Amino acid sequence: MERYSVFGLIKHALSYHENWQKTWRSPTPKKEYDVVIIGGGGHGLATAYYLASRYGVTNVAVIEKGWLGGGNTARNTTIVRSNYLWDESAALYEHSMKLWEGLSQDLNYNVMFSQRGVLNLGHTLGDMRDIQRRVNANRLNGIDGEVLDAQQVKEIVPIMDCSSNTRYPVLGASWQPRAGVARHDAVAWGYARGADRLGVDLIQQTEVTGLNIKKGKIVGVHTSKGDIGAKKVGCVVAGNSGVVAGMAGFKLPIESHPLQALVSEPLKPILDTVVMSNHVHGYISQTDKGDLVIGAGIDAYNGYGQRGSYPTVEHTLQAIVELFPIFSRVRMNRQWGGIVDTTPDACPILSATPVEGLFFNCGWGTGGFKATPGSGDVFAWTLANGRAHPLAEPFSIDRFYTGSLIDEHGAAGVAH
Amino acid sequence: MFYIHCPYCNERRSEEEFHAKGQAHLMRPANPEEASDREWGDYLFFRDNPRGLHQEMWVHAAGCRKFFNILRNTVSYEILETYPMGEQSSVLAEMTAGRERGEPRRAAGAVA
Amino acid sequence: MTQTNRLNKGGRIDRQRILNFTFNGQRYEGHAGDTLASALLANGVNVVNRSFKYSRPRGIVAAGAEEPNAVMQMGATEATQIPNVRATQQALFEGLCARSTNPHSELLSTLGNLFAPLIPPGFYYKTFMQPASMWMTYEKVIRKAAGLGRSPRESDPDHYEHIKRHCDVLVIGAGAAGLAAALAAGRSGARVILCDEQEEPGGSLLDSRELLDGRPASAWVESVMAELANMEEVLLLPRTTANGLHDHNFITLYERRAEHLGDLVPEIDGRKPARACLHHVRAGQIVLATGAHERPLVYASNDLPGNMLAGAVSTYIRRYGVVPGKRLVVSTCHDDGYRAALDWAEAGHQVVAIVDARKHNDAATGHWVRLAAKQGLQIIYGSAVIEAKGKNRVTGARVAEIDIPEFQTRGSVTDLACDTIASSGGYNPVVHLASHTGARPVWRDDIMGFVPTKMTGLIPTGGATGIYALADVLKSGIEAGSEAALACGRQSPEIDLPEVDRIEIAQAAPLFQVPHPKTTLRAPKQFVDLQNDVTAAAIELATREGFESIEHVKRYTAMGFGTDQGKLGNINGMAVVARCLKKSIAETGTTVFRPNYTPVAFGAIAGPHRRELFDPERYTALHAWHVDRGAAFEDVGQWKRPWYYPQSTGESMHDAVARECRAVREKVGVLDASTLGKIDIQGKDVREFLGRIYTNKWEKLPVGKARYGLMCKDDGMVMDDGVTTCLGDNHFLMTTTTGGAAGVLEWLELWHQTEWPELDVSFTSVTDHWATLMVTGPEARHLLAEMTDIDLDRDTFKFMEWREGDVAGVPARVYRISFTGELSYEINVQAHYAMHVWKKLFEHGDKYGLTPYGTETMHVLRAEKGFIIVGQETDGSVTPEDLGMQWCVGYDKPFSWIGKRALTRPDTRREDRKQMVGLKPVDQTVVLQEGAQIVFEPKASPIAMVGHVTSSYYSPTLGHGFALAVVKGGQKRMGERVYLPMADGVTQVAEIVSPIFYDPKGERQNV
Repeated sequence: MERYSVFGLIKHALSYHENWQKTWRSPTPKKEYDVVIIGGGGHGLATAYYLASRYGVTNVAVIEKGWLGGGNTARNTTIVRSNYLWDESAALYEHSMKLWEGLSQDLNYNVMFSQRGVLNLGHTLGDMRDIQRRVNANRLNGIDGEVLDAQQVKEIVPIMDCSSNTRYPVLGASWQPRAGVARHDAVAWGYARGADRLGVDLIQQTEVTGLNIKKGKIVGVHTSKGDIGAKKVGCVVAGNSGVVAGMAGFKLPIESHPLQALVSEPLKPILDTVVMSNHVHGYISQTDKGDLVIGAGIDAYNGYGQRGSYPTVEHTLQAIVELFPIFSRVRMNRQWGGIVDTTPDACPILSATPVEGLFFNCGWGTGGFKATPGSGDVFAWTLANGRAHPLAEPFSIDRFYTGSLIDEHGAAGVAH
Repeated sequence: MFYIHCPYCNERRSEEEFHAKGQAHLMRPANPEEASDREWGDYLFFRDNPRGLHQEMWVHAAGCRKFFNILRNTVSYEILETYPMGEQSSVLAEMTAGRERGEPRRAAGAVA
Repeated sequence: MTQTNRLNKGGRIDRQRILNFTFNGQRYEGHAGDTLASALLANGVNVVNRSFKYSRPRGIVAAGAEEPNAVMQMGATEATQIPNVRATQQALFEGLCARSTNPHSELLSTLGNLFAPLIPPGFYYKTFMQPASMWMTYEKVIRKAAGLGRSPRESDPDHYEHIKRHCDVLVIGAGAAGLAAALAAGRSGARVILCDEQEEPGGSLLDSRELLDGRPASAWVESVMAELANMEEVLLLPRTTANGLHDHNFITLYERRAEHLGDLVPEIDGRKPARACLHHVRAGQIVLATGAHERPLVYASNDLPGNMLAGAVSTYIRRYGVVPGKRLVVSTCHDDGYRAALDWAEAGHQVVAIVDARKHNDAATGHWVRLAAKQGLQIIYGSAVIEAKGKNRVTGARVAEIDIPEFQTRGSVTDLACDTIASSGGYNPVVHLASHTGARPVWRDDIMGFVPTKMTGLIPTGGATGIYALADVLKSGIEAGSEAALACGRQSPEIDLPEVDRIEIAQAAPLFQVPHPKTTLRAPKQFVDLQNDVTAAAIELATREGFESIEHVKRYTAMGFGTDQGKLGNINGMAVVARCLKKSIAETGTTVFRPNYTPVAFGAIAGPHRRELFDPERYTALHAWHVDRGAAFEDVGQWKRPWYYPQSTGESMHDAVARECRAVREKVGVLDASTLGKIDIQGKDVREFLGRIYTNKWEKLPVGKARYGLMCKDDGMVMDDGVTTCLGDNHFLMTTTTGGAAGVLEWLELWHQTEWPELDVSFTSVTDHWATLMVTGPEARHLLAEMTDIDLDRDTFKFMEWREGDVAGVPARVYRISFTGELSYEINVQAHYAMHVWKKLFEHGDKYGLTPYGTETMHVLRAEKGFIIVGQETDGSVTPEDLGMQWCVGYDKPFSWIGKRALTRPDTRREDRKQMVGLKPVDQTVVLQEGAQIVFEPKASPIAMVGHVTSSYYSPTLGHGFALAVVKGGQKRMGERVYLPMADGVTQVAEIVSPIFYDPKGERQNV
C-alpha cells in the first residue's frame, strides 16, 4: 500500500486522481481467525492494528455491523486528555496520550491531533480543592498539569467571562497543555487502513448474531453472513455491550445512556483551547473547520435511540452562553446523540469473561474517544496473551464484587 | 422530551418534572448478611440494559414526589404504560398471555 | 447604479418605501418587502461570496432556506454582529449592514485555482505529517482558512424569551397545504398553532401562476389568514421556524421577532422586546406542511454566479419584481422548470432556450411545456446544459444531447450565449422534521424523492409527501387538518376546495448529475455541495478509495456539513454515490437528519436562563443583614452563604477568619446555619425507619434528645450526615448537609415507597421554614439566657437535647448541639422571625463580644475537632470505618441497614484502606495545601501516593497549621511521618496525629 505524502498528492493530481487505491479491502471472511474482534469502531480497529503491528497476530478479522467508525467514534466531541485522578485510570489514559503523540506518523494518516490544551474549570471552593488534588496526583503520575487562578484562565481564554458577575464565577482551572482534540473519523480510518495493510480483514455490513461457545470456550461467532471460527474473540461494541454479553449468557454492570452534543455554524478561529466545566455542565472547543463543538451531559435514562432529551441540550447552551456571552448570537447548526455504556464507577471494563477466550472491552462512558489508542493497545496485548495487560488488571469485572471500584465520579475527574 | 403520565396525579407532564431512577422491580435481598459477595455485587451494580422494552422507575420529583414504574422502549422511546409502585405491568402480562395464546410477538422489541 | 434588475411593476414589494443598506461597504437601495438576497439581485450584485475551499466566486442560487452561497456577516456594530446570515431569509431593513463571510482575495483565488487539484477530499489526512512538530503550525494556517462568519467580540445587547405551549394541532408551514390544514383544523374548534418561517405566509402561492377561484393565489392566502386570525383558538406565528422535533411530539419553534427590524432590537414604548422567542410546544398532532425544496442539476462550473434554481428565478421575478439577468437558459428534466422561462419572458427579458432532458414526445403533453412552445420559446429536447461558461458571471451555456441511463453525452456540443442558467432536477420533499426522532425517510422512484415514514401524531401533507399539483395539495391539506382534528376529538366541517384548473403534468426524467464529454474526474468541477466545495469528482474519488457508506462519503468529503446541512446538494450527492457504486438511491440511503432545521441563535436556546436566572440563587432569611455587613459569600449548592465577614478596614480573609475563630473560642460567635437541609419526619415507625437508613441506632432515642447520624449508600460509602432530633414520639426532625438536602429527601422517599411501604412514615422538607442561628462559644449561655424563658442550666438542658420556648419573644426550638466543640445553642425559629431574633442577639451580644462568623471559620473550628464534612473528607469512596467513626455504626442492629452488608466485602475489609487522620506539619508555619498528595517514600520512583489532604487550615487557637487527611492504613500509623511533594518542588513533611486537635476530651461544650 502506498504511503501518503504531499509528493503522492502531486503525483495523483497529475493523473486526475484516477489511480488512488482503496483505503482498505472488502475481503470475503475466512473460515477461521486467530482473533475475531466484534465492533469496527475506533477501539476495535485500534485493537486490530496493534495486534498486527505490535504483537504479531495478523490472522485477525474485525466484524462491523454497519460502517467502520460509525458508532461513538463518529459522534463524540473529540477531546483527548489524560488528567484523571486515580492511579489506575491515569495510567491507562496517559498510556493512550503517549500513543496519540505519535499516532499520525505511526499510521501515516494525519489524525489531526491538536495539543491545544484543556482547561477544566472550577467554580466553587470544593471544585478548586478537587482540582488541586487531581493535578497533584497527575504530576506525581508523570502527567502534565497546572492549577490556574481566574486571572491565568482569562489570559488563556480572553473571550471567557471570568468576572465575578456570572452565576457561578470561574475561580480557577486545571490546565493540561498536552491535551487537545483530534479528528475523530480520521482515527477510525487511519487504524482501519493500518490494520488492513498488515493483513487484518475488515468485514463491514456484517452483524454478529450469536456467539459459538462450546464447553465454556469460545470457538467462533455467528454472523449475518455465516459462521466464522475464532480462537479468541474480543468484543468492543460500545452501545451494544450488554446485547453481546447477553449472547454469551452473562450480564455486565453497564447501562447504555444517550449522550448529546451539538455544533455551531462554522466560524473564523475564536477559541484556541478546550474548555470544560463540570459544575455548570458544558464543554466546548472549536474544530479546524470552524464549528464550535459543544458537549452536554448524559441523559439519566437508558436509551439506544442515538438521541436524548431537549432540556439537556438547552441547559448546556445556557452554560456556554453564561461562560461565553459573546456566543449568544452564534447559531446552533446541528445536534446529535451517541450511546454511552456507563459503569457504576465511571471506569471501563477490560476483562476476561466467564467464557474462555472471550474478552470484553467496554463501559468507557464518556471517556472512550480519548482512550482509543491506549485501549486498543492494552486490549490487543490482552487478546494476544490471553490474560489482562497489567494496565487492564484493575479494570476487571470482579471489582464490582470485591468492591474495589475506581470511583472517578467522586473525584469529579469524569467529564468527557 | 418525554411526555409522562403520572399514575398518581393522573396527568401527563413533561419529562422535566421527573427524575429517571433506573431499573424497576429491583428487590433488595431480604437477608443481606446471607448474600454472597457475588449476590451482593449483582444487586448493587448489575442492571438490565435491554435494547427494546424496559421496565424502569421514575419519580415525579417536581410533582407529587411519588415513585412509579414505566414500561418504555429504549429504542423508539415509546412509553407503553406507567403504573404505580407495587403493581405489575399489565401490558407485559397481556403480551405474555398473547404469546401463550400463540399470537405473534409484538414488533416493539425484546421483552426484558 | 440603482436596482438595474428591478421591474417597474409586479411583485410584493413596496416601491414607495426605499431602504438603504450596505454590502461589503458599498451603499445600495432596496424596498420594503425585499430580502437581502432579492435586494442584492435587484442591484445586479453577481458575486456575493467566495467559496470556502477554492475561493471561487459565488452568487445567489436559491430564494429560501436551501441557499448555500449567500451566507453573510451582518451587523453594524461589534456587539450586534451575526455570523452566517442567509441573505435569502433575511428581510431587508433600513441601515442593514452585511459583508461576505469570505471576502474576495486575488491571491486566494489564484491559489485556489492553482492548488485545487492538490486538495482532493481527505487531503489533510494524507499530508501535514512531517515533521510531526510542525503540525500545530500547519493547523493554525488551516484554521485561518476555514470557518465562515465570525463571532461577535462583545456581549449580546438583546435578550430572548421562552414560552411553553400546548395545542391540539400544530401546522408547520403556511403554504397551500398548511393553510388548508389549518383551516380544516381551526374550523373544527381545535386549538391550533400555525407557524411559517417566511416573512409572510403563503409559501409557493406567493409566486404561483395559478388562480384559485379565479383570483390570484395570494388573494386566497389573505382570505384564509383573515379567517384564521379571527378564530379564538388559533395562534398564528409568522417568521417562526419549527427547528426541532423531539420525542412525544415535543417541538421547538424559533420565532424571530426582531430580525426583520434591525440587528439591534429597537425600543418600543420604552421597552425592549425580546429579539427572538423559542416556543416549547407539546402538540397533540403535527401537520407537516413543509413543502419541498427544488433540486438543482449538477453540471460543470455550475457554481458560477448566474447559475440558479429555476424556482428561485420565478420567485425573484414574481414575488420581488427582480429579474436576475438578461438572457436565460433553462436546463430541466420536468415541467416546472418551464415556469422560470415563462416568467422571464413575461418580464420582457430574453429566453435563449429551454433545454429539456426529456425527448419531445415525453415532455410535450405538459401544460407548461405546451405554453412555452405556444409562446415560441426555443426548446431543445433530449439535452441538458453540461457546462457553464464564464469567469465572475455566466456568459454562456454548453448544451449537449444526453443519454441518462448510459450517463454520457452524444453528438456535438452547442454553445449558447446567456448570463443566467436556471436549472431544476425536481423536488426534495422537506422531510427533516419527520426524521428528527430517528425515523428514516423512504425513497420513492415515482416522485424521485424521499418521503416521511409513518409516525404516530405526525401527518405529512402536500409537497412534503411528494404531492405537487396545486389541486391535490389543497385537498391533501384539508384531509390532513381534518384527520389531525379528529385525532384530538374534533370534527371538521365539510370544506369547499377553491377551484383550481387541473393542469397536465408530463412525467419527469431522473436526472441528477449531468454527463459531460469528459469523465467526472477530468471534467471542470461539477459542484454537489456548493457551500463545502464538494464536487461530483470528490464523491467519486471517495467511493474509489473505499468510502462507500453514505455516512463515510459525507464525512470524507464534508458533503452536507455546511450551514444548509445539505438541503440543496445531498440528494444529488446520494445519486452520485449510487451511480459510482452501481446501486439505487434507495439502497444508498440518506444520512441522518438532526435538529436544527435551520440554525438557531445560542442566545435564543438559552433564553432568559442567564446570570441570576441560570440557576436559582437561594438566600437565607438573614441575607440582607449579611450583605449589609459586607460579608464575602460562598456558593454552596444553590445557596449563597456568608464565607467570612471582613471588617470595613480592609481586613484580609486570613485576619477575619482568625478574629472570628478567636471570638468563638474565647467569647461567643453566631453562624447563620439556615441552609442545612431539614426534613420533618412523622409516623409511628420513624425510629425503625431511621435505624434502617442511618448507620447507628435509633430505637431508644427519647423525646427531647438529638443524635448525630451517618447515612451510607448500599455500597457502604458515606453519602450524608446530620443531627436528627426526636420532637415527639412520632415526630422527628432530620438535618442534612446543605448540598445534600434534596437528594436525601428523594433517598428517604425511595426506600419508603419502594422497599418499606409498610412503615408508617412521611417526609416533608422544612428547610425554608426554619431559620437556624448557631450561637456558640463560652459566653453562649449567658447571652441566650438574657433572651429566653428556657432553663439553660447545664445539668437540666444537657448536651444533645432540645427545648421549646421563647427566644427574643418568639417561639423557638433550641438544640444544644455543637459543630465547633464549644458550648452551643442552635436556635431555630420560623424564618420570618429570623431577622428579629438575629438583631436581638446582637443587641444583647455586644457586651459578650458576639461576632458573626462564616463558613470558613466554621470549617476551621470543626476541623480542629476532627468533625468531617461530607464531600470534603469523603468522596463516595469512604466508609464510616475509614473515617474512624465506628462509634457511629450499629453493628448489632437487627435490621441490616443500608450500607452494612457492603462493609464486609473483600475491598472494604482491607486493612490498608485510606483512613482519616490528622496531619501536623513539621514546620509549624506551614499550612498544607488541600488536595496535596501524600507519600511515604518521597524519593521512590515511580512514587506511590497513599492519600491526600482533605482539609487544611491555620488554627489561630493552636497557633499552627493543621490538616485532616486520608492515608492508607493511617489509623495504625500515628506518629509516623509522611511527605507531600508539591508543584513548586518543595516537599512538605507532616506527622500523622489524631484528627482531634482541640479539646479531645470534649469538655468545652459543657462549660
